[in-house]
Amino acid sequence: MKKTNFLLLLFFPLNALVLHAQNDDLLSLLGDELTTDYVIATFKTTRIVNGHSIENVGEGVLDFKISHRFGPVRNGLYDVFGLDDATIRIGLDYGINDRLMVGVGRGGREKVIDGFAKYKLLRQSTGKRNMPITLSLLTNMEVKTVRFADQERDNKFTDRLFFANQLLIGRKFGEHFSLQIMPTHVHRNLTTTRDDKNDVFAVGAAGRIKLSRRVTVNAEYYYVPEGQVATPYANCLALGFEIETGGHVFQLHFTNTSFMNYSGFITQTAEDWFFNNGGGKLMSGARFGFNISRVFTLKKPKGFE
Amino acid sequence: MQKHLFILAALFVFAAPTFAQKYFTRDGKVKFFSDASMEKIEAVNKSATAVLDVATGKMEWKVLIKGFLFEKALMQEHFNENYLESSKYPNATFKGEITNLSEIDLSKDGTYKAKVKGKMNIHNVEKDMETAGTIKVNGNAITLHSEFFVKCSDHSIKIEAGKVANIANDIKVTVDATLNPMK
Repeated sequence: MKKTNFLLLLFFPLNALVLHAQNDDLLSLLGDELTTDYVIATFKTTRIVNGHSIENVGEGVLDFKISHRFGPVRNGLYDVFGLDDATIRIGLDYGINDRLMVGVGRGGREKVIDGFAKYKLLRQSTGKRNMPITLSLLTNMEVKTVRFADQERDNKFTDRLFFANQLLIGRKFGEHFSLQIMPTHVHRNLTTTRDDKNDVFAVGAAGRIKLSRRVTVNAEYYYVPEGQVATPYANCLALGFEIETGGHVFQLHFTNTSFMNYSGFITQTAEDWFFNNGGGKLMSGARFGFNISRVFTLKKPKGFE
Repeated sequence: MQKHLFILAALFVFAAPTFAQKYFTRDGKVKFFSDASMEKIEAVNKSATAVLDVATGKMEWKVLIKGFLFEKALMQEHFNENYLESSKYPNATFKGEITNLSEIDLSKDGTYKAKVKGKMNIHNVEKDMETAGTIKVNGNAITLHSEFFVKCSDHSIKIEAGKVANIANDIKVTVDATLNPMK
């Protein structure tokens, strides 16, 4: 009996304490409602340089993209370091929802019309749902409308088709550093030589370092294991800056390819950043280029009035 | 022994009314409006958490920064990434109290003018603030409404020189929330 009395005594101050603590912090009364915090802005835009990033445009957002690749810088002043020799891609991307985007474009080099769909399957997050990476799937199709080199051959429309499929695996490591790995498959219905494989497997790696709110440094590299593409062949490497000014993103870079379509920059890049011209002279295949992105919101998001 | 259990039970029964004195919501609406010379920006968050202790007049608010919805997706990204740094500072909070509680009868239906004073924490910078609003009592629900201004410069939210025409320093905030008794 005495024991329970003693226990009861203990309860009084305890109860009071609990109530007191609750008064001090009202929000804690509701308990911690665990939410999922999705990582945003792993990259500034939907492209790294030539290839895609894991980023999508938002639902109802139209992204108008103009890209240029110039001639080799080695051409010197006569070509204004390559500026006289420009190839252009103009494209439109659209966000169907926050996970799915589609786009079309037309590139001048080999007169390529391309179209793609990109789906964000996994989103990097912490909290209720922990996901270490973002995973996107990309499927891309190209139609080369340039005249066939051999007009005598029985050329079919299907010979103009090229395909690319990618897994985009990305992660943002803190505020300043993001990394992405891109296993890639390119299918060519028609190849230039018998030594060229119809199916080419490549792996890409890309990263960015955020220098300030609006400026980042980007790098993108695609490696094609040997034996799939006839020589001369070079893996493409791009290095550049990205400057964002509200509705625009400017990407300024140097690359060793003039292609802006997947089958082009992965299987047709001919010159390395630095190579020997055969006569013992060191040459550079580097060229200047830029992408400009301008977004337009066509549809207001749900729940916004 | 049974007597003691009865006392214990009674203690819990008496404690119960103190719980009912607290009202809360998880879907309070917080809107803000930036009226700069070149651009007007609006954002809304419909999942603000608020708790009000009607006995003491104390109230607390918590708003998830990433929960603000903008008209333009890119604007929302820049708001989180460049200005509010929401991955570092995920919430804005307000802890304060109604200072004129004696003039308000929360047990009676009606609309009352209220004064609130407390500390606002945005972008991990705390700032004292005072504002006025209305409290509407309707049966079991208490509806709060207030409008006030928050200065970006008070919370170390830096607007670079080139964006002064696009983003105002004085941001008008409107809060609306209907609170129900906590069980």
